[in-house]
Amino acid sequence: MDIFGYIISLSFLAQVLRLFTPYYLGASAANFSERGGVINIAIEGFMITSAFCYALFAVLTGNVLLSLFLAVTINILFSLLYSAFTIKLKINQIVTGVGFNLLMAGLAKFIMMLIFRSSSNTPRIESLPHIPFIADMPGIGKVLADYIIIFTFLLVPISQYLIYKTKFGLRLRSAGENPAAAESLGVNVRNYKLYGVMLSGFLSALAGIWLASNQNSFSDGMIAGRGYIAIAAMIIGKWKPWNIFWACIMFAAFEAFEISLQISGINFPSQLLQMLPYLITVLVLIGFIGKTKPPAADGIPY
Amino acid sequence: MKNYKFIADHFRVSLLVICAVLFAVQNFFACGNKETKDNNQGDKKLKVGLVFDVGGRGDKSFNDAAFKGLEKAQKELGIQFEVIDPGDGADRESALRKLASKPDIGIIFGVGFIFTEDITRIAEEFPDKKFGCVDYTITPQNFSEKTIPANLTALVFKEDEGSFLVGAIAGLTTKTNKVGFIGGMESGIIKKFENGYKNGVMYVNPECKVLSAYVSVTGEGFKNPGKGKEIATSQYSNGADIIYHASGLSGIGMFEAAREFKKFGIGVDMDQWNEAEGYVLTSMTKIVDEVIYQTIKDFKENKFTGGIRSLGLKEKGVDYIYDDNNKSLITPTVREKTEQIRDKIIKGEIKTTQ
Repeated sequence: MDIFGYIISLSFLAQVLRLFTPYYLGASAANFSERGGVINIAIEGFMITSAFCYALFAVLTGNVLLSLFLAVTINILFSLLYSAFTIKLKINQIVTGVGFNLLMAGLAKFIMMLIFRSSSNTPRIESLPHIPFIADMPGIGKVLADYIIIFTFLLVPISQYLIYKTKFGLRLRSAGENPAAAESLGVNVRNYKLYGVMLSGFLSALAGIWLASNQNSFSDGMIAGRGYIAIAAMIIGKWKPWNIFWACIMFAAFEAFEISLQISGINFPSQLLQMLPYLITVLVLIGFIGKTKPPAADGIPY
Repeated sequence: MKNYKFIADHFRVSLLVICAVLFAVQNFFACGNKETKDNNQGDKKLKVGLVFDVGGRGDKSFNDAAFKGLEKAQKELGIQFEVIDPGDGADRESALRKLASKPDIGIIFGVGFIFTEDITRIAEEFPDKKFGCVDYTITPQNFSEKTIPANLTALVFKEDEGSFLVGAIAGLTTKTNKVGFIGGMESGIIKKFENGYKNGVMYVNPECKVLSAYVSVTGEGFKNPGKGKEIATSQYSNGADIIYHASGLSGIGMFEAAREFKKFGIGVDMDQWNEAEGYVLTSMTKIVDEVIYQTIKDFKENKFTGGIRSLGLKEKGVDYIYDDNNKSLITPTVREKTEQIRDKIIKGEIKTTQ
């Protein structure tokens, strides 16, 4: 196989975009929360919940759009619970996040065992509809016709605009940088933190739903750390939408490249390849792209 | 401040209520389970313990096959059983120990090569109990025939022989002269599948290329269907028209890709026709259910023997699926040639591992 020929092909590009989507949605979710000063390492857990709820309701109702709506709603409710713990009760955000991750993984398994008598996966479900006609294009059509992927791409300029050019963004950032100063100017800091966490719940819901829809089922462990990689991408991207975009593209491209290199049969240890994205994260973190600076009041309960 | 304390107290109360409800629900279902088991309890029944592998019950392959064996034994031998599904964590050893220390359990199974070391140790600790380990891995450094305790039967499948046969079917059926392989965790036992498959493909079709890839280097590779699907997509896009997987749940992703590309996948461990009807060329099966049933039966009839039990084509421990579902996908000539290869392997004329 000519690996270099394949890398410039449309199917390779499509693969990168597919891998990119959950990363960017997750990273963007984490970013909105942290911009408001609430660390959200529960992205993984939120993705599990939404993926599971989507699959569960799709099996029970058979209607994917209704399941999409229900899964998003439930995830936003969970993000409200997360804000109740972190904003209202001021519990340590890392501890809460870890707790949520463990709870969601266990709860999904528990409910699955009750309903489907299987601790590992749900029955097969239908995937979300695609835009007709475009989906028939060879190679990349399915990707271009996917509503959530399109939304993810629109999300980059939208979040850039929202964070830097609107009143909402300014106040959200002020809540994350200097909440005392913001409050002295009449901003309801807690409300803005809450909005950030809710946006986080909404976006991570889309990531989970997309994954479940793409593999046509929910299975235990299917999120496979994508939530954590998303957070790493956010840090590498220095909490800026366009930088996060490139970080996610980098992660996705490396993963796709690793798959291609493996099947090309070139004798290269695949352990090294699977390590590469993480290695790059570490290299980046120790200062190859300059200092990464989180919002000043990130993680401090207010 | 007082206000918050009030809220915090309320949270505590509501958490307690939630916990109580969850326990109640769990107990309710647990009771349901017990009742069905008690139906069989006439006189003192033999009790069997079993601990599942990564993936757990409902993985539609390995673990489900083991469970089927237990159910068959329950129906035909009238035994009782108790299973533990440890999920992720490294608490396999404590699960085994828990079952072994229950006085009414006579024989305990560990499903999966992951149990190899733990079950050897625990079998030595409980010499009066019997143990069975499916997919026991014998590595020259740690374990040899001698170190297996007498109360442990190591069930070793010759996956390479079964994989050789499905490889031959793939090599004879492919139109593009490219076939794929997806492994779950990069490890000795999965390499056995890969090598057998590759050798089978090469034996019938030396021109054919095998594109192979592994999901991960850890056990997580058996439960990442998202990545399984991406690997399969790459392989199909690169011209492969048949892919064989040995990757547990990750294989579900491969079958989804097979549906999308309208190409073939080959299942593993169990007949996986139902994963993507019409796109499953065949499945390499290990009769995990039958072996567990047989071991329980031997135990019940006091014929239990320790040591290694090797299960290949000859012992009908591994096979491939050829039934009404996939008859139309495998041509008569392919079938005939594959059966000739089977005879040669059984006679030892073909080496499946090289």
